Amino acid sequence: MAARIMIAFAARRCLSALPTLLIVITLAFFMMRLAPGGPFDQERALPPEIERNVLAAYNLDQPLWRQYLDYLADLTRGDFGPSFKYRDFTVAELIANGFPASLQIGGLAMLCAIVFGVGLGTVAALHQNSPLDYTVMTFAMTGIAVPNFVMAPLLTLLFGVYLSLLPVAGWGDGAWANKLLPVIALALPQVAYIARLTRGSMIEVLNSNYIRTARAKGLREGLVVTRHAVKGALLPVVSYLGPATAAVATGSVVIETIFDIPGTGRYFVEGALNRDYPLVMGVVVFYAAMIIALNLAVDLLYGLMDPKLRRP
Amino acid sequence: MDELLSVADLETRFRTPEGEVAAVAGVSFAIDPGESLGVVGESGSGKSQVFLSIMGLLAKNGRCSGQVRFRGEDILGLPAARLNALRGSRMSMIFQDPMTSLNPYLTVSRQLTEVVVEHLGLSRDQARARALEALERVGLPDPAARIDLYPHAFSGGMRQRVMIAMAILCQPELLIADEPTTALDVTIQAQILDLMRVLKRESNTATVIITHDLGVVAGLCDQVMVMYAGRLVETGSVREIFYQPRHPYTRGLLRAMPRLDDIQDGLLDTIPGQPPNLQALPPGCAYQERCPQVYPRCRSERPELRILGPRRGVACHLELGP
Ligand SMILES: Nc1ncnc2c1ncn2[C@@H]1O[C@H](COP(=O)(O)OP(=O)(O)OP(=O)(O)O)[C@@H](O)[C@H]1O
Ligand code: SF4
Ligand SMILES: [Mg+2]
Repeated sequence: MAARIMIAFAARRCLSALPTLLIVITLAFFMMRLAPGGPFDQERALPPEIERNVLAAYNLDQPLWRQYLDYLADLTRGDFGPSFKYRDFTVAELIANGFPASLQIGGLAMLCAIVFGVGLGTVAALHQNSPLDYTVMTFAMTGIAVPNFVMAPLLTLLFGVYLSLLPVAGWGDGAWANKLLPVIALALPQVAYIARLTRGSMIEVLNSNYIRTARAKGLREGLVVTRHAVKGALLPVVSYLGPATAAVATGSVVIETIFDIPGTGRYFVEGALNRDYPLVMGVVVFYAAMIIALNLAVDLLYGLMDPKLRRP
Repeated sequence: MDELLSVADLETRFRTPEGEVAAVAGVSFAIDPGESLGVVGESGSGKSQVFLSIMGLLAKNGRCSGQVRFRGEDILGLPAARLNALRGSRMSMIFQDPMTSLNPYLTVSRQLTEVVVEHLGLSRDQARARALEALERVGLPDPAARIDLYPHAFSGGMRQRVMIAMAILCQPELLIADEPTTALDVTIQAQILDLMRVLKRESNTATVIITHDLGVVAGLCDQVMVMYAGRLVETGSVREIFYQPRHPYTRGLLRAMPRLDDIQDGLLDTIPGQPPNLQALPPGCAYQERCPQVYPRCRSERPELRILGPRRGVACHLELGP
């Protein structure tokens, strides 16, 4: 019964995600073309008829609306097209090539964000207005206020250059030492945000009537927190996981470029600089679809946690 | 000393951005085993805070001082870890708002069984049987079908029954009910009061009923305590309070009470005016602005609670003269 409702809900959400995806694709497609320059500008000026042939080969001689419709038609067949810059690869291959590194960095960053964010937020809430609380909140304000393209070079300077503890950049075939700084830089703002969110909702829950009831029952404070407070306090955090994934995905574009990590995000930046339209579009569509899917997963998780939604 | 609970000079203060508020000031009383005490007063008079202080459940910004003895043992301000041996087992409390007092994220069975698992060390199965028995006692219809539901599937009246079941699971010596019916509609109110009456008759539990409705007190209590602006203004047996009220405020409350035999004019005399701001209490009697009998002495000298008998007291200058 409950499973049927869940599946119906998921199906409805997938359908309603299609217009969103279409809007994202359309905006990305036309904004890309609005940017000055074209894919073949950087190469030596080509003789006019050769340039015409190249453009024809990639359908770039067609009117824009035609190209747009063709692109949509290709997409429905799961075809992201060829890359203009890396001519031997399709966009799908490039994404598949870069994604493992991106997934590791992004996934680890999300994991850190949840574990440390919830942990720090809970500790701060349990010691409200103590020096510990103020320390955590100062850290959180800093983490939220400092953008990651500032944080990343600072971390590199400190740990890579002055202390020489960690490599300043590169992937090193996925060695831990290479992952550490990018993951920290990517996770920090999210750790900070989740810590603040957790602290706020935990304090609110701890002051609620049902927690007073739990205390009146003579339960140990540990049980009051873990059994009675955590669930309600984590609901806002769960609903933030969707936006958090989106923030980590966009953040990874910057971080991968700064730390020279061969991930999807770096391809995106290179693609944009080279006006490699299919590559940029491919990454946009892929990330948009992924974020929509993760948001759906988060909503399902929320439904599992909130009894009011589970049993109508 | 065979008192169950004795309270002496209880003071409860809250720190607020506007300064300190004394929500309870110099309250003393005692409850015998099996006795039933009614606590009456308008909203904000400190009724809830007296008993939250005793239970160690004050809000974070609250502090209390004085002496509270439970079976002779001093319990005021004990750390939560020590109080937990008493709370929920030997003394328990039912709250004003049943809609928000149950945890929405846990099943009713979990919220009931954890009490006896914690205090009596019962197994899960024994605890569940005990919980079902308690739900049966408080008259929840079809408990076996409902015990595994979440609170949102329950009406306000059913939730209050669950709260009461939770409070009587360990057969406490003291049961504090803080306005158990205020949030419910009239027919449910009557049912819950009936239930309280039955529970009182069937067990030797001492009960405290906090209410602003003297009518509730009449049917349920032996002793009455009237509070105004954080202080006790009159105490006595139900008969004394109803038939020989000595404090003008008590008389005001009685006149404001709806009665079936009130056929002379059918109009209720509510007490005019508002309770005073606790942060700007006038010197003298806190009731002076609303008291029909006020005289000069009332404006300068605060009336202490005068002991008139073992369980009788009044805080008013009236009978003393100027
Ligand atoms: N956390 C708090 N901080 C500041 N003041 C508080 C706090 N809790 C209660 N008070 C104050 O204490 C006073 C007494 O409150 P209390 O809850 O005991 O009233 P009551 O008699 O139970 O009234 P009601 O019938 O509305 O429940 C009120 O004036 C209230 O403003
Ligand atoms: S002390 Fe004076 S003002 Fe206060 S209740 Fe008695 S008569 Fe009224
Ligand atoms: Mg109250």
